Amino acid sequence: MTMQKTPRTKAQITPRPDAARPAGPALEFGDAWTYAPAPEARDHVKLKSRYDLFVDGRWQPAKKYFPTISPSTEEKLAEVAEASPEDVDRAVSAARRAYERVWSKMKPGERGKYIYRIARRIQEKSRELAVVESLDGGKPIKESRDVDVPISAAHFFYYAGWADKLAYAFPGAGARPLGVAGQVIPWNFPLLMAAWKIAPALACGNTVVLKPAETTPLTALLLAQICEEIDLPPGVVNIVTGAGATGSALVSHPGVDKVAFTGSTAVGKRIQQALAGTSKRLTLELGGKAANIVFADAALDQAVEGIISGIFFNQGHVCCAGSRLLVEESVHDLVVKKLRDRMMTLRVGDPLDKNTDVGAINSRMQLDKIKELVAAGEREGAERFSTPCALPQKGFWFSPTIFTGVTLSHRIAREESFGPVLSILTFRTPEEAIEKANNTFYGLSAGIWTDKGAKLFWLASRLKAGVVWGNTYNKFDPTSPFGGYKESGFGREGGRAGLAPYLEIDG
Amino acid sequence: MSAKKKAADAAIVPVNGASAPARARVQKAYKNYVGGAFVRSESGRYFQVKDVAGDEPGLVENIALSSRKDGRDAVKAAHAAGAGWAGKTAYNRGQILYRLGEVMEARRAELASEIERGLGLARQEARDEVATSVDRVISFAGWADKYQSLLASSNPVAGPHFNFSVPEPMGVVAIVAPRRPSLLGLVSAILPVIVSGNTCVVLASEDDPRTAVTFCECLATSDLPGGVVNVLTGKVKEVAPHLARHMEVLALDLWLDDAELLKELETLAVATVKRVKKHAVAGIDFGDERLAGLASLTPFLETKTFWHPMGM
Repeated sequence: MTMQKTPRTKAQITPRPDAARPAGPALEFGDAWTYAPAPEARDHVKLKSRYDLFVDGRWQPAKKYFPTISPSTEEKLAEVAEASPEDVDRAVSAARRAYERVWSKMKPGERGKYIYRIARRIQEKSRELAVVESLDGGKPIKESRDVDVPISAAHFFYYAGWADKLAYAFPGAGARPLGVAGQVIPWNFPLLMAAWKIAPALACGNTVVLKPAETTPLTALLLAQICEEIDLPPGVVNIVTGAGATGSALVSHPGVDKVAFTGSTAVGKRIQQALAGTSKRLTLELGGKAANIVFADAALDQAVEGIISGIFFNQGHVCCAGSRLLVEESVHDLVVKKLRDRMMTLRVGDPLDKNTDVGAINSRMQLDKIKELVAAGEREGAERFSTPCALPQKGFWFSPTIFTGVTLSHRIAREESFGPVLSILTFRTPEEAIEKANNTFYGLSAGIWTDKGAKLFWLASRLKAGVVWGNTYNKFDPTSPFGGYKESGFGREGGRAGLAPYLEIDG
Repeated sequence: MSAKKKAADAAIVPVNGASAPARARVQKAYKNYVGGAFVRSESGRYFQVKDVAGDEPGLVENIALSSRKDGRDAVKAAHAAGAGWAGKTAYNRGQILYRLGEVMEARRAELASEIERGLGLARQEARDEVATSVDRVISFAGWADKYQSLLASSNPVAGPHFNFSVPEPMGVVAIVAPRRPSLLGLVSAILPVIVSGNTCVVLASEDDPRTAVTFCECLATSDLPGGVVNVLTGKVKEVAPHLARHMEVLALDLWLDDAELLKELETLAVATVKRVKKHAVAGIDFGDERLAGLASLTPFLETKTFWHPMGM
């Protein structure tokens, strides 16, 4: 027998060099998993070089403009207006006029038809919106294409149908709109958060002034274009771009009746503070530090998929990310091994590449925050593992990272990292799992992985969290209420519950 | 009553020019109600209230002037009672609150006389308030096992998932009760909070704290577990800010018209993102049955949404 005739064993297969995925012994598929670049084309997307403010149905110039860049390449995508307090004032006045003269007087069914139009336009422009979302925010195209944009359209479609059915939503109680809603949204799901805010507000008969995040203003501006195209009455939706000062001017404006904010707990507290002593209504959807609890009896391979999507979906820029893995001690080593193996297959890189699993960190500022918290995790003695993947030279990147040996007192177990960073803790009994899961100021979401139905419900009823995923994670739907307990904020978005924050309900 | 006995009651024995009844009435010490026990303020302080009507106008009694520490003890008791109260079946909570109505019914005269001497209400007015208060408790008792079906939802998500939302209690709620009406206001504030499984710390009406304490005697004999309702007397301005910043208090229920104090409490609530429900007391008709409506419960409920995949 000659050497040439020896059948090649798996170990002898030399994988093709692949910058994005270094060879590892764990999940080795030979050449089968070498991907050629598969970027989504962006030539059909025509961005303007400069975007004004969308106020009173028209594009109105501002005194100052700021650039919005792609976090994956740092290229400038467009210039965007920075709304001053005077601009915000004009937008609120326009919203007030539209509320009093048009929107609150319109037959509810007619209101609904305008909202249906928005839903349809989002579907028609879904490819353009997905590309811009990934360009401006850095998230993988497969997520913007399959999650952000379709659920945004679904959200408008869902709430459009509520417009003429509000009396059935709260039977026996009068339900009236509030007036002008001032809405401030984050950069992690720019279009989806705009949809979550605008759709129920309009369906309930309110008008809105919305401020998108300064790093991801573009899809909100494309949504403004859609409002223009569908002949939404002027002033019903106003989009004012800018940074913190613009948001602050909006939420403190005396002409705003209702404030809705999604973002960090720190900023949420500042808003709650600003509204103290006023009659403004407020809903807050803030941070989280969700426990993802894995029992030894769970289907572990499925659980590992859930852990992966729980923490690495959207680079971990998710308020409900499963950033604390609580794993039953007896399967800790096995789960960690499976998790590390699976992490090695994650492809980090170009957000527009259809094979990309983990895209760019949204901004340099966020990258610095993640790095700081990860450094604290190392300093405090937890053991770090980051996938040794090659990262692009330009842009903002962070490798998928897990920490083992984490205790509840570690900063990485207490603070929201808002990045692809998982802290792993263990437990021995279900009671200990509950105790650890609830040992946080946050209470947005939680995950439970077990094969035992009774145990699942026992835990679900004891977790102080607004959304509990059983044997799944990070699922969203317009019919499903979303929102937190404790310092994760108050109020719900989605479902019938999502109407209440935009209505005055008597009795 | 025989004419002879009546004469004996009325007999006055002159002492140094003053006079005293043949039988001295036993006066009651009014204490805070914390953890199911009647306790003095740890501070040892008191303030005084005077009977403005009734059998002994001008009578002055001492009331516990609660401190920050009393507030903390009360939160601790409320927190400790939380799991047990929320863990009872809704049916059981309903029965216990109905029992509270029964106990109050039997003590209507006593409650009415407290309101009468405390706030100077006409006797009939005080009786009417008590009757309405009992009816309100009965109305709320009925909510215990019904609001869930009205607020919960099965959510038709676009995918192979079973998805539903249910209302859950929050935990410890701090209540500043209305100054007036002292009983109807108190039950209208407490019942919507506890019927769903929350526990509470209540700052009683400063104008008429004795009615609140007598109401607590109804609570104490109604099978309501100790700690579910904790009532402190004293100055709202002194104790409320400590409750507003307490980390184990999840929500504030403020029946207050003092704009300055409201703003202070709302500001303190920010540190832990407390839910704050404000009631403009001056504009409220407490006789309105809608105060026992579903909307009275919702500010103290969270919505929990549960997802599970469906499939083989």
